[in-house]
Amino acid sequence: MVKRSIFKSRTLPYLLITPQVIVTLTFFYWPAAQGLLQSLMLSDPFGQRSRFVWFDNFIRIFSDQLYLKSIGITLGFSLATALTAITLGLFIASMANRALRAKAVIRTMLIWPYAVAPAISGILWLFLLHPSFGVVAFFLKRRLGIDWNPVLNGNDALVMVVLASAWKQISYNFVFFMAGMQAVPHSLIEAAAMDGAGPFRRFWAITFPLLSPTLFFLMVMNIIYAFFETFGVIHTVTQGGPGGATTTLVYKVYQDGFIGLNLGSSAAQSVVLMALIIMITVLQFRYVERKVQYTM
Amino acid sequence: MVERTPILDTLTYVFLMAGICIVGFPIFYAIVAATLPIEEVAKVPMPLVPGDQFLVNMRAAWEQGNLGRQLLNSFVMASGITIGKIVVSMLGAFSIVYFDYRFRKVAFAAVFCTLMLPVEVRILPTYEIAANIFGPVQWMIDTLHLNRLMAWWFGNDFEIALEWSLLDSYSGLILPLVASATCTFLFRQFFLTVPEELCEAAKLDGASAMMFFRKILLPLSVTNIAALVVIEFVYGWNQYLWPLLITTDPDMTTAVIGLQELIPQIDDVPLWNVALSGALIVMLPPILVVLFMQRWFVKGLVEREK
Repeated sequence: MVKRSIFKSRTLPYLLITPQVIVTLTFFYWPAAQGLLQSLMLSDPFGQRSRFVWFDNFIRIFSDQLYLKSIGITLGFSLATALTAITLGLFIASMANRALRAKAVIRTMLIWPYAVAPAISGILWLFLLHPSFGVVAFFLKRRLGIDWNPVLNGNDALVMVVLASAWKQISYNFVFFMAGMQAVPHSLIEAAAMDGAGPFRRFWAITFPLLSPTLFFLMVMNIIYAFFETFGVIHTVTQGGPGGATTTLVYKVYQDGFIGLNLGSSAAQSVVLMALIIMITVLQFRYVERKVQYTM
Repeated sequence: MVERTPILDTLTYVFLMAGICIVGFPIFYAIVAATLPIEEVAKVPMPLVPGDQFLVNMRAAWEQGNLGRQLLNSFVMASGITIGKIVVSMLGAFSIVYFDYRFRKVAFAAVFCTLMLPVEVRILPTYEIAANIFGPVQWMIDTLHLNRLMAWWFGNDFEIALEWSLLDSYSGLILPLVASATCTFLFRQFFLTVPEELCEAAKLDGASAMMFFRKILLPLSVTNIAALVVIEFVYGWNQYLWPLLITTDPDMTTAVIGLQELIPQIDDVPLWNVALSGALIVMLPPILVVLFMQRWFVKGLVEREK
């Protein structure tokens, strides 16, 4: 779309867009193309010699048990993180929306974790859940008799990174749910109250359905977050361990490619991730506006 | 509210308080730990009464973690990304909305598609290009055999070898992150809502395109810019994977990465008080930005994602 009233110039528009295009081409498209090419090659770790091997790298990663396991871990981790963060965000937002007084203070107290880096969130939770020094770990052991040890037990480690990742994201979801709830027409709520619907009924019959676009959007954003931005949590807290129990796909690309220098395999894994995010983005743009919208 | 529901209202506040406590607990606990001496922190469970070692721990973290230098790096990186992103995408959006030229749609589509290429899916190749930014040009020279052509032309040996590494440098930390599809998109959406009459009037008065941009569009965009400043500063400050890849020199890395050094490993003395002091120092700047610019932050967050 372009304005009706526009400026005419032969060179200026090109000049204006040049920085954007240069950065995009050098740091986005060139590396992406290189990645695609590399995924079809077999190279030695120093990148000196390489051979074209078609889809061997892909066949290899998809027959690799560790990779398949990592896919499962990533899916479980992302869903758990997204659901925890969304549920808590929605719950807190619906409470905050009911609050009559001190709304600004409440909002302030709830949004700041957004500014905490995932890696730092990881440190905070590692301290809480640390098997020897963590207070939560202590109570789990003494009071509930659960043998909690995220350093040795894979499932515990996964729970720990889920908590650290979800905690920070609660604020993000809270902001969107608050915005969504404030957009619900007050007349609808009042009409429902006149018809005898109580607060819970009103929430489930009116507010919640009207929030469905927000909910869908947040689901997508939280899953993208869990897939890509939680690298910091995993790198600081578990380094993918114990025994690969928290090695998500992104962490595995980093580990195999940057640490292990297995160029072909890492490139093939990157391409798989690329395909995945393209799918998610397309899905988002096709459905976010159309399917889950309740027009009035 | 619609009706009086005293019990439910009380419950609402109770749950709210519980929610705020759960969200705030990790930070509260970290603050307490940061004030305690090592013997107290190592106790399980740790006492919940703050001690008096706050400044001592802060200083220890500052010195052991090389925080002075790294906080400066973080600050340069975050501000560089913020300013770069806003300038680049604002100019780009201006070009896309207020001009009509042949490659307009292609350029917009190309910028928009970068949404699907986060750094996480192109780790190694992006590292390679940062190691030598002239990689593509060199590749072109090599494939076109320009060296041989030049040698033939000039009659003696001729070799072009271009190299400029961004590793361990501020430009390397900043440049690859300044292209932003979301910012460009936001400015484009905003420019589209600016009344046509403003542009027509400016043109009648004989204003050039850049004059219109400076005198009218820029002042109108101030709230959008403020909103983006908050979001992008936090984004830049909290970057992890990219600085981890391209910096190896502890003097060039960012504070968030540097914290890693402070976390006690299994066999170390459990200096959690120092590690958490460091964490508190490093997380403070973005938190302050968000809290002080809260209004713009909420606006920016909600509008950016549309």
